[in-house]
Amino acid sequence: MIELRQIHKAFNAGRENEFRALNGIDLQLPAQRVTAFRGPSGSGKTTLLSIIGCLARPTSGRVRLHERDISGLPERFLTEIRRRTFGFVFQQFNLISGLSATENVMLPAYPLGGDRHALRARAEHLLAGLRLAHRRTTRVELLSGGEQQRVAIARALINEPPVIIADEPTANLDTALAREFMAIIEQLADAGRTVLLSSHDPLLVDSSLVDRVIDMRDGRIVAAAAPAGDGG
Amino acid sequence: MNVWIEKQKYLIDFTLASLARRKAKNLGLLLVYSLIVFLLASVMLFTHALRQAANELLAGAPEVILQRMVAGRHDLIPPGYLERIGRLRGVQEKQGRLWGYYYDPVVKANYTFMVADDRLLAPGTLVVGAGLARTRGVAPGNLISFRAYSGKLFTFSIADILPAKSELVSADLVLLGEADFRAFFDIPPGHYTDITLRVANPLEVRNVAGKLAQQFPDSRPILREEILRTYESIFSWREGIVLALATLAVLAFAILAWEKASGLSADERREIGILKAIGWETGDVLRMKLWEGALLSLSAFLLGYLAAYVHVFHFAASLLAPVLKGWAVLYPRFELSPVIDGLQVTTLFFFTVFPYAAATLVPIWRVAITDPDAVMRG
Repeated sequence: MIELRQIHKAFNAGRENEFRALNGIDLQLPAQRVTAFRGPSGSGKTTLLSIIGCLARPTSGRVRLHERDISGLPERFLTEIRRRTFGFVFQQFNLISGLSATENVMLPAYPLGGDRHALRARAEHLLAGLRLAHRRTTRVELLSGGEQQRVAIARALINEPPVIIADEPTANLDTALAREFMAIIEQLADAGRTVLLSSHDPLLVDSSLVDRVIDMRDGRIVAAAAPAGDGG
Repeated sequence: MNVWIEKQKYLIDFTLASLARRKAKNLGLLLVYSLIVFLLASVMLFTHALRQAANELLAGAPEVILQRMVAGRHDLIPPGYLERIGRLRGVQEKQGRLWGYYYDPVVKANYTFMVADDRLLAPGTLVVGAGLARTRGVAPGNLISFRAYSGKLFTFSIADILPAKSELVSADLVLLGEADFRAFFDIPPGHYTDITLRVANPLEVRNVAGKLAQQFPDSRPILREEILRTYESIFSWREGIVLALATLAVLAFAILAWEKASGLSADERREIGILKAIGWETGDVLRMKLWEGALLSLSAFLLGYLAAYVHVFHFAASLLAPVLKGWAVLYPRFELSPVIDGLQVTTLFFFTVFPYAAATLVPIWRVAITDPDAVMRG
């Protein structure tokens, strides 16, 4: 479903402080699987997720989504693909403070201009599904860390994207909240969504939830395997 | 189309929420912005209304005035001039006028004494302008004394006060009978201050003036349109000075707006990054910011213009009057009739809203094109 060929990404290319974040990544990511990218910080996990999720373009190489080459598309089309295909859960949650939980969840759908009542109902339904119905009108900065992450997950789901990308999702959560997050991800995977995670949290990466772990270092894939617990 | 409207509604919704979230900052900006519009609009509304008032008042003035000159100075018309004019084609009526200035040391003000041509005043009575009546504290029936230039004291009784409607030109006016005027200023019979001529056809006015100039080489004809033009240029000059100062204010405001937009807070930059990451296009962010600018500009424009309207037409432009009306001891008090000129409103709109939009657009665009992956990396 997602295919990467010879992906290179350099920051500040051609300058003294040039930094090569990715060095020739070749990868195929099947649909409806949970894939985790593991590696130390600076290994290129986040950059790779950004490129897969159309947040950034590779310096060279090809990204194919459903057999279609999307690496050379102009920003408008990339945004459209991002909006319809990917939902993001960021490490810092990145909610907009001052707005309520429901408003935050609705935000990605604003540029689509759909029916307001239907959109609000969908947002509230998602929040209720994540046990946040009672917090839907609360301003997000007043929510706890776990609640904020669940709002971020609801926001990622509002446009019903087939792929969820979560960058270091458990980095700011304690064990109980991390397990709660994993339970939600499991539900999403069971519902047929593709999930891409970056993490070096063993609790997450080594869990049975993850179908495939890809180890990265210095912008390269060093190994790809099913988690140890699955025996292969 | 529906989708487009819905989308704009969402953007406006978000914009309003954004504005409300940074209340203090945006209210401050709105206040300064409204103040600028208020200042510019007050000047424009006031001078426009003054011009209109002057035009209306001078509409009844004679088309041509003939003044005699001696050594380049205005002098009395000697006897015989009025008769010598004879019959000029196009002239409907000619009349000798008597008027002069009088300095009243009591209130340190200059009055205009004039013989009333449209009302008969009994000897020893006066009609005075509302400004003078106010300054001297007189009412109809009161007595008022003036010492003539000859040193002789004259006492008059006030017959009436001129209506406040004409105060712009009659604040300092004293109307009296011909005999009283001649006695007070010691002007012998047959002499006049100037001669007025009424010409019905506007195309004839210049011909009449030409003939007069030829016939009386020692006199100068003054046309009503020239007086109007003089008023026009006085008001335009004053308006120009204030507007020139106001331009500096607009410039300062544009710098402030630029500062505000280019110094988008870290919070705002982060927000724009988030919006882009979750699927907003650069265009959506720009549109949202344009709505923000438009809402702010329009509110400021409406607030400022409304305040200026109330200031000019309900409070007689009390803040600007000393600069724009001129200075005088006998300050005219008058109500201006509200006049709103479409072109003027458009000009004002362009000069206030456009600089703001232009000053904020570039810095906002620079932030809006930020790579959405900045959020992931940040």
